[in-house]
Amino acid sequence: MSNATEAVSSSGGAQKVSRINEVVIRIAGNSQDGIQAIGGFLARLAGRSEQEVMTFMTIPSTISGGPSIFQVRVGSGEVLTAGDDADVLLCFYQHSYEGHINSLKKKGIVLYDSDHVVPKEEWLSDYHHVGIPISSLTVEAIGGTAKDKGKNIYSLGLIARMFDLNVPKLEKLLGERFGGKDVSILNNALAAFHAGYANSPSNVVETFQITDSQKKDGHQVVMNGNEAIGYGLIAAGVRFGAGYPITPWTDIMELLRRELPKYGGSFIQCEDEIASVSMALGASYAGRVAVTGSSGPGISLKTEAIGWAVMAEMPLIVINVQRGGPSTGMPTNIEQSDLNIAINGGHGDAPRVVLAPANVEDCFYMAIEAVNIARKYNTPVFFLTDQGIATRIEAFTEPNLEKVCQDISPDLTPVASHKPYDLAAKDGVTPHVKPGTRILDGKYPIATGLEHDEYGHPSGSPKVHMLQNAKRRKKLQALGATLPLPKIYGPSEGNILLVGWGSTEGPIREAVDRFRAAGDSVSAIHLRHVNPLPNGLENIFSGFNHVFVVEMNDEGLYGIGQLGTILRARYADAKIQGINKTDGLTWKVKEIVELVKAKAGK
Amino acid sequence: MTTLEASAKTLSLTKFMAGDFKSDLKPIWCPGCGDFGVVTAITRALANIGRAPHEIAFVSGIGCSSRIPGYTTAYGFNTVHGRSLPIAQGIKLANPELLVLVASGDGDGFSIGGGHVAHAVRRNIDITYIVMDNQIYGLTKGQLSPTSSRGRKTVTSSFGSIEDPVNPLLYVMGYGASYVAQGTPADMTGLAKIIEEGIRFPGFAFINVQSPCVTYGMEDQQLKAHKTNMQSLESIGHDPSDRAKATELAREYGTKLYTGVLYRNPNPPSTYGQGVIERHDALKKSAVPRHEILNRFKPSN
Ligand SMILES: Cc1ncc(C[n+]2csc(CCOP(=O)(O)OP(=O)(O)O)c2C)c(N)n1
Ligand code: SF4
Ligand SMILES: [Mg+2]
Repeated sequence: MSNATEAVSSSGGAQKVSRINEVVIRIAGNSQDGIQAIGGFLARLAGRSEQEVMTFMTIPSTISGGPSIFQVRVGSGEVLTAGDDADVLLCFYQHSYEGHINSLKKKGIVLYDSDHVVPKEEWLSDYHHVGIPISSLTVEAIGGTAKDKGKNIYSLGLIARMFDLNVPKLEKLLGERFGGKDVSILNNALAAFHAGYANSPSNVVETFQITDSQKKDGHQVVMNGNEAIGYGLIAAGVRFGAGYPITPWTDIMELLRRELPKYGGSFIQCEDEIASVSMALGASYAGRVAVTGSSGPGISLKTEAIGWAVMAEMPLIVINVQRGGPSTGMPTNIEQSDLNIAINGGHGDAPRVVLAPANVEDCFYMAIEAVNIARKYNTPVFFLTDQGIATRIEAFTEPNLEKVCQDISPDLTPVASHKPYDLAAKDGVTPHVKPGTRILDGKYPIATGLEHDEYGHPSGSPKVHMLQNAKRRKKLQALGATLPLPKIYGPSEGNILLVGWGSTEGPIREAVDRFRAAGDSVSAIHLRHVNPLPNGLENIFSGFNHVFVVEMNDEGLYGIGQLGTILRARYADAKIQGINKTDGLTWKVKEIVELVKAKAGK
Repeated sequence: MTTLEASAKTLSLTKFMAGDFKSDLKPIWCPGCGDFGVVTAITRALANIGRAPHEIAFVSGIGCSSRIPGYTTAYGFNTVHGRSLPIAQGIKLANPELLVLVASGDGDGFSIGGGHVAHAVRRNIDITYIVMDNQIYGLTKGQLSPTSSRGRKTVTSSFGSIEDPVNPLLYVMGYGASYVAQGTPADMTGLAKIIEEGIRFPGFAFINVQSPCVTYGMEDQQLKAHKTNMQSLESIGHDPSDRAKATELAREYGTKLYTGVLYRNPNPPSTYGQGVIERHDALKKSAVPRHEILNRFKPSN
């Protein structure tokens, strides 16, 4: 909590009220306690109050649940990460208390369920302990044996009181979530919430008010990365897709299966990932740029067909919500270890596009960009996110939907003739003429994975292979030339440049802020277009003594990580080095700061 | 009217001949390969159907047999080994107006792609699946295939196969296919007829073609042998609407060469495509205008 000033509580209590700019709350319990639900309510409330918000969660990989946390950071200024350390720790069990006290700031508040948690003597002086018999008070409030169901909502009430949150808005959110056929469910939730709100524990001496947002730029929308991708695709005009369930990709698939049929589309749940990518390719070929997606092992299964799409020059969107690998690996971990398979996965020379959104807002807009690149260049486009961005809830300015929504229904106007693999085409970019289109010279093309001449007829000629390889390469080079250089966060010259990609933008920027505040010369860039890379990165690198590539993957055999290796290979510059980890948790700002210091030899 | 539109108009009045569906490409098949006959039968069937080449998508996997789209005039799609079925289903769902044909081999269709067959059958998307079953891997030069008989000696079964073959007819019958037929290029008229009927059938149609491999096939699998061995189902008085009898006859795959329609569901079940249309109609009213798609993520007050 920062910048505390005095204010008056709207709940009219006599307690001391402090105004704060932001707060980090960590909720620790078991996943079946509905931890995610409280965090989600807080995040959505913040978004609806035009505040900045960022969340972070861990979930156990078993359906029966297990220890789980949800961290939410709400602020009126810019919020870049979910925060390293919490101001408030809400813990339901002894293991949540003991396991997470370390992530609480000194003098922070531990709000614990005294029915289950016994505070430890040695921590009493370091942290402000507030014990409340949450379980029994929930039973008291809503009765019966529902304690495991309602204690999250009871706790939400406690937090609402403590932070003077907008009660009508929260009630509305509860209504949206629990309002259904059975009114008793909503009534129970409201009863639990109000009981928590009314319980003004005597030892919570203060309450807090988060100052109003400075933002005046219209309405916000609040969603997680998976939702942003799903709706980005819908806005982009995508109406067809196919997939097979796997965590954490499944949420996108469920969303598209629910939404696409409303708009005249279909999303097929296939027998496996190979069928999914194949079916999506069939649809793309027929003129409906289609989406498939997966995580982990499912991506491996798709690679043969993706190579085929490169060869046959078919548009396709492949969403890869990365998880820890190889194999079944660490299904619920945050990891960025699929860059190599995205760029190079499969056999042969198979250039394709790889995009990596840096935040939830990017997920929305870059989904549209991905579709348009796939259509223009007739290429598969990999869309790399990870568990961190998939479930992270963020608020961003509502997109101008009238402007961004597009219709990409196929155009079947007859054409005089068509060479799908025309070697004379400018930049190697040829249009995709869809079946159903009459070709007046009667020469119908064949799309094939065999090397082929300009009509798609199989060819074993080495010369043709070299020319077609060049065509497939040139169109990506042409795309690369149109890509904007990333903006430099911080001055364009200095000692250290941090380079990141994907979900790690927030902690990297916050690390830069921390360095600069301490007088160190550190800047950062974040790459959203990872294949092809934008031209001219060398001009940015030349302004710095060190270039550290910060990634959540193993440093690899040569010690520089996956993107690091690519940048090294392209720029042949030994000052490019890697900062890597694979612990499955988002970067903490202090981790980056420490590793950078160690690498830079300070 | 532009010249393009004018010529498009005149073209649509054209009647088609089998030759209109043959391409200029010279097949790379061995002289005498059964697949020559299959391409002829397909083009004859297409001429009778009367859809223009641009309305046809012809999908295949990989194998000698899968070269077939290249030798026809239509939108050809020569795909990945074993994946022709899911690709074809994607095409049909994305553009239901297209006539979608799928060609495959016994290896392509029942080994590497075998897992997709059950799902294509149960989804019942309106496509026509033609498998050129030569009981061998032709393209890769004579290895054992999933339909090779027990005891068969090939380059990968030097001492004779110790596995039982897949029975393609029983396989698709088992999953509940509604149209199942078998033919051979030894009877071109019959083959063209079952293909045409398969195309006209509303739903997933399966046609197993005993298409001889002259290079790696056995004596008794050649056209000459077919001519003496084949037995038309019609001639034995088989009623194609009798599912139990059809299943019984299907069991004789490998010992008898029946030709014609083995099973045709007299009450074709509704297709996946029809389900999609019904779903669209039912859900249309829950669609929101494009500028409102994100409303659920907005402050509601
Ligand atoms: C993934 C993969 N594995 C193996 C091959 C090699 N391959 C190509 S065709 C084929 C078998 C062809 O047999 P079949 O499907 O019966 O077709 P035929 O040539 O007999 O007509 C094989 C093994 C391949 N192309 N792709
Ligand atoms: S190898 Fe056999 S199947 Fe292939 S073309 Fe030759 S005869 Fe036909
Ligand atoms: Mg074969």
